[in-house]
Amino acid sequence: MKMASGWERLRAWFLLPAWIWMAVLFAAPFAIVVVYSLLTRGAYGGLGLPWTMENYQRLFDPLYLGIVLRSFAMAAATTAICLLLGFPLALFISRAGSRKNIYLQLVILPFWTSFLVRLYAWLFLLRDTGLINTVLQHLGLIHAPLPLLYNDGAVLLGLVYGYLPFMVLPVYATLERLDPALVEAAADLGAKPWPALLHVILPLSAPGIRAGSILVFIPALGAYLTPDLLGGGRTVLIGNLVQNQFTNARDWPFGAAISVGLMALVGLLVLLMLRSEREGLV
Amino acid sequence: MKRWLALYAAAVYLFLHLPLVILAVFSFNSSRFTVWQGFSLQWYRAIFQDQQLAESAWNSVIIAVVSTILSTAAGTLCAYGLWKRGSKLLSGSLYLSLVTPEIVMGISLLALFQWSFRWLHWRLGLYTVILAHVAFSIAYVVIVIAARLRTFSPALEEAALDLGATEWQAFRFVTLPALLPGIVAAALLALTVSFDDYVITSMVAGVDSETLPMVIYAMARRGASPVINAISALIVVVFGALVLISERVREA
Amino acid sequence: MESILELRDLVKLFPNQRAVDGISLKIPRGGFYSLLGPSGCGKTTTLRLIAGFEQPTSGEVLLDGAVVNEQKPYQRNVSTVFQNYALFPHLTAAENIAFGLKRKNQPDIERKVRDALELVRLAGKEARYPAQLSGGERQRVALARSLVLQPDVLLLDEPLAALDPKLRKQMRLELKEMQRRVGITFLLVTHDQEEALSMSDQLAVMNAGAIEQVGTPQDVYLRPSTRFVAGFLGAVNWIEGIGLRPEVTRISRTLPSNGGRFRPATVTGSVFLGNCVHVLTRLESGEDAVAEIPRNNGTYQAGEAIHVCWNPSDEMIFP
Repeated sequence: MKMASGWERLRAWFLLPAWIWMAVLFAAPFAIVVVYSLLTRGAYGGLGLPWTMENYQRLFDPLYLGIVLRSFAMAAATTAICLLLGFPLALFISRAGSRKNIYLQLVILPFWTSFLVRLYAWLFLLRDTGLINTVLQHLGLIHAPLPLLYNDGAVLLGLVYGYLPFMVLPVYATLERLDPALVEAAADLGAKPWPALLHVILPLSAPGIRAGSILVFIPALGAYLTPDLLGGGRTVLIGNLVQNQFTNARDWPFGAAISVGLMALVGLLVLLMLRSEREGLV
Repeated sequence: MKRWLALYAAAVYLFLHLPLVILAVFSFNSSRFTVWQGFSLQWYRAIFQDQQLAESAWNSVIIAVVSTILSTAAGTLCAYGLWKRGSKLLSGSLYLSLVTPEIVMGISLLALFQWSFRWLHWRLGLYTVILAHVAFSIAYVVIVIAARLRTFSPALEEAALDLGATEWQAFRFVTLPALLPGIVAAALLALTVSFDDYVITSMVAGVDSETLPMVIYAMARRGASPVINAISALIVVVFGALVLISERVREA
Repeated sequence: MESILELRDLVKLFPNQRAVDGISLKIPRGGFYSLLGPSGCGKTTTLRLIAGFEQPTSGEVLLDGAVVNEQKPYQRNVSTVFQNYALFPHLTAAENIAFGLKRKNQPDIERKVRDALELVRLAGKEARYPAQLSGGERQRVALARSLVLQPDVLLLDEPLAALDPKLRKQMRLELKEMQRRVGITFLLVTHDQEEALSMSDQLAVMNAGAIEQVGTPQDVYLRPSTRFVAGFLGAVNWIEGIGLRPEVTRISRTLPSNGGRFRPATVTGSVFLGNCVHVLTRLESGEDAVAEIPRNNGTYQAGEAIHVCWNPSDEMIFP
């Protein structure tokens, strides 16, 4: 339509910077990675022809498959724990009346401080010479430091700590929109608090739980920094594997293949999320 | 039930905040061990005497400021353009950039830069970090501005046209002023996200473009020094202040 | 006298709807004109076509004799008062009013703004922001903002809908008075027939994208050309295909002897409305009729046998 042409022109110019940036610094890099995943590792860590599917085949090696499965398990465990811990908190905030916003801010605030700092805080607490061990030894409860760090448990703790707000916020959003009349109707029909929770509130908060679960699972699956710092190289997840290929192992094609595989998984999960939730983020 | 819930909530909040509080408290510890031995500001003094810290902090600031300016401008214009008429491809790729694992984004940008350096004969440096930071910040800006635009009435732009303004003038004199609080909030968000980034930055930074997170990471890896506690405490305070300002502005 | 605004066979099609289905209209200079119709009849679309926010699928819009189809809103010399006023929240009342003048780089802005504020009786409130003004005040700022540009036609999109009822009645008089004083052609769009009747010099009744009748308020109310117009402008009793307004429908216990028409009927109810009484009746034919009678004309009980009578000259007959 001719009328819209003034707006159309403006819009075209306005979208240009974002288009260029996404094309050059998001799409193109990933395209290069896909290409690299099909090449062969060179003698000194470079890469070149021939074209090969070998890198993808290596993914099914028991060693690497194990890493993928462990990453899945870790992400699933993180999601489950975040749900367990986060749902009651979201419930609490949704019932806090006028102080809702403050409580919400208290959940968000630690998230927006430095991620690195928050991981380091746990290092400080869990190390052999960390605060927890020092206190326990001081109290005479233990004689040698507990190995709290550099294991799967520490990584799990770190992941939950990092991604809990991602579960709390969507669940809270759904709970907030819940019609209080529904809970009142349940009570009116004879449901005590716990059954009401189980049979009315929980099912109705399913969309929020779904959204929160995917918002936790996806970053947990691709986590790198948390397992790196808190796992100390003993807990190797997909993210660590990728980083290793591009630095120490110098096997870019293999690293690229892993990345493509990871992105495929992430893409699948996103499609799942978009299908269950009709409104997008942007 | 309400009392249990409140108790539980208190416990979770403690879990979320206590580690940081402890970190901050021990930044004032006069001993470098995790036994409290007295109050001291020595670690804070050490920060300001460390050359490497100063340089890396300065790098972080430059990167954050430049990338924020670029990403806020590009993101605001993008959100506005998408508000006029959506683009599934652009929205999709912005959204994808948010869910892409940082390590994947980091290595793919590294791959891009190394590949292009074959023709350009350039090297990694501050500028590559800036380019990378803009790439992952734009989506955040778009989200904030898009949310702001949802509460903006299109009738206002029509009224502007009706009164004689061209489309660009309508944007400049009517829409942009209305978006200003959102733009400030988005910029503060981009600033904190950029300043804190480690994973992507570590992959695309040059040898002389170390950032503060990279230094902190190296120190954390080596073993703990209360200097990190002190830096951490400072960062938490600064970030916290920026976030609070951002929330205040967003409500304006 | 050449018309200031003319629509020629204007058609606007949307993907799922014929919003405007061939409208032709000539609006003379000066005067208060209305487009009246139910929601969805196309009156707002017509307004937007005139203002330039929509492009016609076919047909022409002429302003002061010239075809303006290709012109953007900021090139046309019409101005719109939006339904929710669309005042720029970040500008004061004075800055809102000055907006159009600044865009067109007109001289003497301060004086014009001052005069406009006085015209709408808002002198003293120029530094206030829209959020600090009442609904009625905001409407006056919107009016001033458009009028200060001296448009050929002022378009008003349901300007009174957002006001509370008491204020609405008062604003009708003020708007009418303002149009007289300023002399600019006003084109009002509304679904409220009382509004259109009380303010317009002429009005066009729209339905389903077409104009059913154009005329003075008396024309469309007393001599509606279609059943739709009759029904939309007020209540109608349909008796054997003839339309009668309740206020000309009378009730009599005896046979009337003045040459009027009558039909036997039974009273089914009586409603006291304060200033009058509505007597509900059912005729032998089964049709219902409401008679509006003065409140001191006796009371009628349900079940009473009476006659419904009227003057033949009050009949509304349709082909």
